[in-house]
Amino acid sequence: MSVTATAAPRATPVLEMRNISKTFGSTRALSNVSITVFPGEVHALMGENGAGKSTLMKVLSGAHKADAGGTILVDGQPVVAGDPIKAKANGISVIYQELSLAPNLTVEQNMFLGAEPSRAGILNRSDTRRRAEPILKRLGVGFGPSSQVGQLSLGERQMVEIARALTTNARIIVMDEPTTSLTSRETDRLFDVIASLKSQGIAIIYISHRMEEIYQLADRVSVLRDSTYVGTLNKAELSASKLVSMMVGRDLSSFYKKEHHAASGEQRTVLSVRNIDDGRRVRDCSFDAHAGEVLGIAGLVGSGRTELARLIFGADAKKAGNLFLEGKELAIAGPRDALDAGIAYLTEDRKGLGLFLDMSISENINIGVIGSDAKSAGVLDFAQAKIRAARAVTSLAIRTKSTSINAGALSGGNQQKVLIARLLETRPKVIILDEPTRGVDVGAKSEIYRIIDELAQNGIAIVVISSDLPEIIGIADRVLVMREGRIAGEVTGSKDHPINQEAIMAFSTGSATSDAEKLKKDGSQP
Amino acid sequence: MSTTTTKDANTLKLRTTLTALGMLPVLILLAIGFHLLSGRFLSVNNLSIVMQQASINTVLAAGMTFVILTGGIDLSVGSILAASAMVAVIVSLFPDIGMLGIPAAIAVGLACGFVNGSIIAFLKLPPFIVTLGSLTAIRGVARLLGNDTTVFNPDLPFDFIGNGSVLGVPWLAIIALATVLVSWFVLKRTVLGTWIYAVGGNVEAARLTGIKVPIVLLFVYSVSGLLAGLGGTMSAARLYAANGLQLGQSYELDAIAAVILGGTSFVGGVGSIWGTLIGALIIAVLSNGLILVGVSDIWQYIIKGLVIIIAVGLDRYRLKGLSRT
Repeated sequence: MSVTATAAPRATPVLEMRNISKTFGSTRALSNVSITVFPGEVHALMGENGAGKSTLMKVLSGAHKADAGGTILVDGQPVVAGDPIKAKANGISVIYQELSLAPNLTVEQNMFLGAEPSRAGILNRSDTRRRAEPILKRLGVGFGPSSQVGQLSLGERQMVEIARALTTNARIIVMDEPTTSLTSRETDRLFDVIASLKSQGIAIIYISHRMEEIYQLADRVSVLRDSTYVGTLNKAELSASKLVSMMVGRDLSSFYKKEHHAASGEQRTVLSVRNIDDGRRVRDCSFDAHAGEVLGIAGLVGSGRTELARLIFGADAKKAGNLFLEGKELAIAGPRDALDAGIAYLTEDRKGLGLFLDMSISENINIGVIGSDAKSAGVLDFAQAKIRAARAVTSLAIRTKSTSINAGALSGGNQQKVLIARLLETRPKVIILDEPTRGVDVGAKSEIYRIIDELAQNGIAIVVISSDLPEIIGIADRVLVMREGRIAGEVTGSKDHPINQEAIMAFSTGSATSDAEKLKKDGSQP
Repeated sequence: MSTTTTKDANTLKLRTTLTALGMLPVLILLAIGFHLLSGRFLSVNNLSIVMQQASINTVLAAGMTFVILTGGIDLSVGSILAASAMVAVIVSLFPDIGMLGIPAAIAVGLACGFVNGSIIAFLKLPPFIVTLGSLTAIRGVARLLGNDTTVFNPDLPFDFIGNGSVLGVPWLAIIALATVLVSWFVLKRTVLGTWIYAVGGNVEAARLTGIKVPIVLLFVYSVSGLLAGLGGTMSAARLYAANGLQLGQSYELDAIAAVILGGTSFVGGVGSIWGTLIGALIIAVLSNGLILVGVSDIWQYIIKGLVIIIAVGLDRYRLKGLSRT
């Protein structure tokens, strides 16, 4: 699919934000930022985490009140700052990263939540239905107004959010990293909807870290850095290097680090997975991971990548299959056994399954090893914990004033580094990293790539699960592609013939079959 | 730049101090207020009474702190206290081995807590429901133990616990303080303590970190039961008697109130034992002070309830104002 690049009509801008500043206490979150958005354009907003994108959008939605001196004009008319209800009435609608739907209610109930069609407090159900249906039709969704939101997929829920925005006649829709948890099919669907919204003259402000999406969608891109406005590029001027250097303020010639040499010489197998199967999401998967190698696992969201990792780590129970570490068979009943054996797993859900947000950075780093560090009677060894935390902060470049502040106060990239530090303290032989750079800004991304590269140089076997194809191609030596719970194929590359995106996509969508796969799966597919 | 950093550091320090202080200012204000109103609140004699009144609740609330830190709840402590007190008095009636009433009561408490913990940890049933059930069941056991009568022992061999003192400090208060100190040590200085905070903060993350979550849960409910058993001993020693029907009724609510007043998060992961001590003292000061001031029994209930709500409300408001932007 392609979004036609209609140059935004240079008529009246639907939105102008002029000289917006915002200070919180002593920190300046926005400094004199101005952006202009025209009707029917997709205006991408880029910048590292903490650059001020979210603050700017919160000023727009009225969640924050900007400092005096700035103005917001909608259709040339100044609007009252810091009033979410007025902002909504002015046609501004924000779809946040964390969807704000009630899963126990129906689609139409969610669409009109807080503004239910009613008379004297009695719900007018037929009116609700009459108004909901055309909007859902306009979006071309596959579910009806009476579907329960809890039953819908994440992508469908996003459509409900958009439908909700349309009930208030939104003319400016802000989407904050809308594709983070979508499958690529759902992403395509979303892009189609964006294109149709565009053609109806609705302006989209699109926040994303993913370059491909920006290329595909954006008519113009504005970049923020360190709370200030850096510049705006038109579609024709877009290039990755330009954007990255605008965002980080320096040139990133080698964004992806790959200095380890996995392919050279004899490969030492560290982890062997044989016929592992959970009877549902993971079917009969086998592979080897070698010392000093970065093995990528690609595939669509929902193809069983995370489930496979969790089986290996013992987080879920497997139905069949064997694991061997350095030739010895492992009996893993739970994560503790996996960690003791030398297998570490970085979860894809940093906040939900990884961090202890209310515990200190030091405690978060040390939590996996305090047991073995402890003095007699389980008394904590604070000196040792301090040494470990300080070392991790230095070697992984975790940016923090102190290791005693709560992990919840860190930015996404630094939180991720804290989790990686926790894994490294257990001295693993195999590290499985599940979406290691999700929700992490460009600067921290390149640092995480550096860390992965260093670990590989130190002879650790690394398995990286990622939905970000350029990333996996950039850092992996070999890529396994999963589809519907099986390993659909393997893509290898060399210095002259790098792993290519088409091969991976072909395997993950099932439009290609490798010889190996044919042998394995003959007749098993309907 | 450097001024910003110092300012941030100062804000951080202020926040940490305020968080640590928690409800202490409320406690001090209440004490001063009651003294001004009654003229005799802040006397050595009265403070000793307050400490005695606070002691049993402090011990129960210490156990409750362990449980609530993991995000759980233990509604059965009042019933466990009653059953343990019954056992303490019944065993104390055996000639020569009467002192065994103490370990017997504590063992009964531990056993009850262990059962609670096993069901919650291994059968994975919700703590509220499990302990609601054991609240009722153990109450029945307590009544059964004395054939539904009050058991007396005027020559209780360990009555010093309830009525004696060392250098003017009541034994009850010493036990309560010792409980708080040991709890503090376990929570803040041991691996198990860190695991308790981790389980309460994020149970799934704790599991993926290699923490044996069921063991941690079993531990906290066992501690809660054990301390309820200790509370039963203290109660028996104070009264020279125990009654399976009346003793410890709704004690669990005071214990929970103390923990919450102490700033421990109801969803787990955040809180401290010192806060719990202050919470228990606030409750005792309120009861004692209101009596001194001559407030009727009925109004005492109303005022205590409102103070708990207002104090916690103020606390949340204060923390919110300090939270990060």
